[in-house]
Amino acid sequence: MNFLWLTKMAWRDSRRNRSRLFLFMSSIVLGIAALVAINSFGDNMQRDINGEAKKLLGADLVLEARQPLPDSVLAFLDSMSTAAASEVSFASMVLFPENGGSRLVQVRAIQGGFPFYGDIETTPANGRKALNQKQNALVDHTLLLQYNARPGDSIQVGNQTFYISSSVDKVPGQAGISTSIAPPVFIPMQQLDATGLLQKGSRINYKAYYKFDDKTDVDALLKEVIEPRLKKDEVQYDTVAERKQEIGDTYRNLTGFLNLVAFVALLLGCLGVASSVHIYIKDKIISVAILRCLGGKGKQGLGIYLIQIACMGLIGSVVGALLGTLIQFYLPQLFAEFLPVAVDAAVSWEAIAQGILLGMTVSILFALLPLLSIRKISPLTVLRASQENQQTDRSRYLIYGLIVLFVEGFAYLQLGKLRESLFFTGGILLAFVALAGIAQLIIWLVRKYFPVNWSYIWRQSLSNLYRPNNQTLVLVITVGLGTALIATLFFIQGMLLEKVSLSASEHQPNMVLFDIQDQQVAPIADITQQRGLPVMQEVPVVTMRLEGIKNQSVAQMKQDTTLHIPNWVLNREYRVTYRDTLADTEELTAGTWKGTVDSPQDSIFISLDKGIAEDMQVGVGDKITFNVQGALIDTYVGSLRDIDWERMQTNFLVLFPKGVLEKAPKFWVIMTRVDSAQQAASYQQAVVQQFPNVSIIDLDLILQTLDDIVSKVSFVIKFMAFFSIVTGILVLIGSVIISKYQRIQESVLLRTIGASRKQILSINAFEYFFLGSLAALTGILIALLSSWALAVFSFEVPFHPPLLPAIITYVLITLLTVLIGLSNSRSVINRPPLEVLRSEV
Amino acid sequence: MKDDAVAGPILAVKDLTKTYRSGDKPLHVLDCVNFALQKGDSCAIVGPSGSGKTTLLGLCAGLDRATTGSVILHGHPLDHLTEDQRAAVRSQYVGFVFQNFNLMPALTALENVMIPLELRGEKHVGARALDLLDKVGLADRRHHYPTQLSGGEQQRVSIARAFSNRPAILFADEPTGNLDEETGTYVEKLIFDLNREAGTTMILVTHDMELAQKTQRIIQIKGGRIAYDSLIQESVDVKE
Repeated sequence: MNFLWLTKMAWRDSRRNRSRLFLFMSSIVLGIAALVAINSFGDNMQRDINGEAKKLLGADLVLEARQPLPDSVLAFLDSMSTAAASEVSFASMVLFPENGGSRLVQVRAIQGGFPFYGDIETTPANGRKALNQKQNALVDHTLLLQYNARPGDSIQVGNQTFYISSSVDKVPGQAGISTSIAPPVFIPMQQLDATGLLQKGSRINYKAYYKFDDKTDVDALLKEVIEPRLKKDEVQYDTVAERKQEIGDTYRNLTGFLNLVAFVALLLGCLGVASSVHIYIKDKIISVAILRCLGGKGKQGLGIYLIQIACMGLIGSVVGALLGTLIQFYLPQLFAEFLPVAVDAAVSWEAIAQGILLGMTVSILFALLPLLSIRKISPLTVLRASQENQQTDRSRYLIYGLIVLFVEGFAYLQLGKLRESLFFTGGILLAFVALAGIAQLIIWLVRKYFPVNWSYIWRQSLSNLYRPNNQTLVLVITVGLGTALIATLFFIQGMLLEKVSLSASEHQPNMVLFDIQDQQVAPIADITQQRGLPVMQEVPVVTMRLEGIKNQSVAQMKQDTTLHIPNWVLNREYRVTYRDTLADTEELTAGTWKGTVDSPQDSIFISLDKGIAEDMQVGVGDKITFNVQGALIDTYVGSLRDIDWERMQTNFLVLFPKGVLEKAPKFWVIMTRVDSAQQAASYQQAVVQQFPNVSIIDLDLILQTLDDIVSKVSFVIKFMAFFSIVTGILVLIGSVIISKYQRIQESVLLRTIGASRKQILSINAFEYFFLGSLAALTGILIALLSSWALAVFSFEVPFHPPLLPAIITYVLITLLTVLIGLSNSRSVINRPPLEVLRSEV
Repeated sequence: MKDDAVAGPILAVKDLTKTYRSGDKPLHVLDCVNFALQKGDSCAIVGPSGSGKTTLLGLCAGLDRATTGSVILHGHPLDHLTEDQRAAVRSQYVGFVFQNFNLMPALTALENVMIPLELRGEKHVGARALDLLDKVGLADRRHHYPTQLSGGEQQRVSIARAFSNRPAILFADEPTGNLDEETGTYVEKLIFDLNREAGTTMILVTHDMELAQKTQRIIQIKGGRIAYDSLIQESVDVKE
């Protein structure tokens, strides 16, 4: 039979059912919209990253080191490049003299014309040029807002006071959120010494920026000429191509993750499609049987409804794609804080085509499950309505297989990693199977332990949970999964914030002063105590590097391919303290702790965090050599410790006994506790004014910043989860309306034999109450389990079942289900039975 | 498949048996039924409810498979055909009129009549369908949906549909069972007139003996067996 006739029949048959068909397809609209929006945004971002690649770095080549870059390299590069610039950056306190506010910032002293590409965006504009004039500073706009300062005011950095010439709105290649913890303050390099902040032991970054002429192949130059001149472990470098790759990868991962969240919404929608089509096809059994009676073939029946569903899938996908294209215009704003470049929203035809193709594929794939049964409808059904096909259709399993393959394929395309994609597919399958299992269990339990003594209304509504055409399975899965997603998000967010808040509570320190020089310890302790604040800890910190382990040098170990010691363990700068006792956050797991070294000839027994010992592949008794700013010190592992890193206090991977490091260059950390913001501000001001090199971390400020970051991240995730929730609601509405056609006969019959409106309303209300309750409780149960797993295995925070949010979620979801269910029943209840039958059937 | 010049009977039913399983026990709905109809014959199958009339109709029309025995419809042994091949036979040679009309609810009256023709791949089917609707007096209701038509009107559309593919044999299952007396009489006349005009063989399943007596032959089914066949009785009478 030709395709045209099938299409004509599909068209004819759809005329009386279009609202129902559109309803099915509304389920996939939001999923497609979310995918198209994310993909369009991803395409636009990739385009802008490619277009502004040089602006992301601001130069063709950047060298970075923790110590001044070798002069030979600098001289060589200066001769090769067309322009050069340098930067010295470090964390330090700044003070706003006008209002006394002080805060930890990232000081960036710049010399030369950086950035060579793009610009530091400022208000007023062109502020970068003013930085070349002495004693001008460019200050991050959020920092100015926080301290109620503006361009024209002053800012004190160390011993030097600067004029704030402009506020910094955006730095090339830097996402807004990355400056939250330590906002940048740019100063001219020639003023750096005047600040007096370059102290020995401070964590200082040195950078050199280069611009080459257009003909220079920077990557080849780097590989062939520059790399051999650099000590690989001490100097890092970045080129435009590398930066583009890194940023591209990062944001591809982000869009991949968001795509998966959107895909979950689409899968929920597809489940709605499958369930609605299942009910729709039940209504079509007689039509198909008549067609078969008149000589139509099974395939023709299937073809007619497949075309209908494909067309609806196409319409749903096109509407979704249009909606997604509109939504993506909002995404650059939503993600603004996380983006390194300004993304211009533009229509992405590729994303639209992908979305439409995906929408059609999934709607057909999921609709095929119920559609396949059409092939088996017997023509005898026209004579005997009770004739039912009892055969099992094996092709169903093929469709199930295709669906799983499709989900896995999509996840793999998004994640690019087989293991992760299998986890995703497995997780989705597990959630579906768990929800379906719970729904079947509920149906079984209600049947098995049916409360025969309950009143008619309760019995009737309960029995609706398992009768033919019941919605238990589909609603428990869709509403349950939607609830699980959003509830997990709320629970985890709550737990993370609670954990951070807890660490700041009670008698824990909430202010950390560091970079304190030896001679500054006593006066700062005095200032602290004079203000009635406790000096809770006074800790010396010595920086050192690893020189060798078990008589093998770091260089040798790096070449030894049989060793699997991570590079960061070998390369990192170790911040070490010394004391004679263990802190209450530490517990010995091996060896013994000897707190002092009595004589210079004695062996030095240090204590290691047990995790770093595993990474170093050492145990008690093994020799480790450290390079303490030029001096080599041989030590032996005396003990291993289990450290509670959660506590707000100084913790160290490597602990030395007293009697070794006292004379080494070091800085001190002092911890105290302040009880109010005013007290914190005045204390910080006092310390910074007298000791500008000392940096202070105000935990309350960090908490606020963290709260802000978590809120921004969770808003993005909530925005994506919103698609799942609304899809869940649409599926709920769809299922309820579709089932109306199934329930009308019964309601009319009940009314005809004398049931009151109130009784029918009560039956419906209780049924939806049971359904909503079961779906919400199942979703919350899954959310609790997944929150527990995330809390324990991923975030490593204690799990406290969040009772209040769980109760609120339960009440809201149940209420919503009942309201949607009842709004649908009203049309049946408020009209005379015969009118309902004539208009609806 | 079309071969109007078939030799022998249009419908030949031989040793036809249909058994269902009811729990563990077999339920013999039809038991060794034999009869044949020639071109242009009209035959009524009568019998009490549950006697197997409708099952027999379904088997004769190829809607179901027999447990044993055979049905040869217009030269095609139905028990040897697949479901799709039986559908093709129905499309070519069979027309149906049902007690509950069985019109496709989403299609208009005209489209319902066009369906059998379209399934045969015929072209310009609208004119023939409209002509048939005109014959049953519903040309002006052609764009109405079944729910917008009365029971009698729906049955008339169903009759027009049944004759649309110029069937060799018409199966009618209680065609007046759901109609009032006056409409029933009108529909009866319509079926017999169109049947006569087209020279179609007709099998009519009915409870109504008055209607049955209007056919040339009456077969009475009881307990799944032929209890009475007027043709055989007549031949016995003639011999006697």
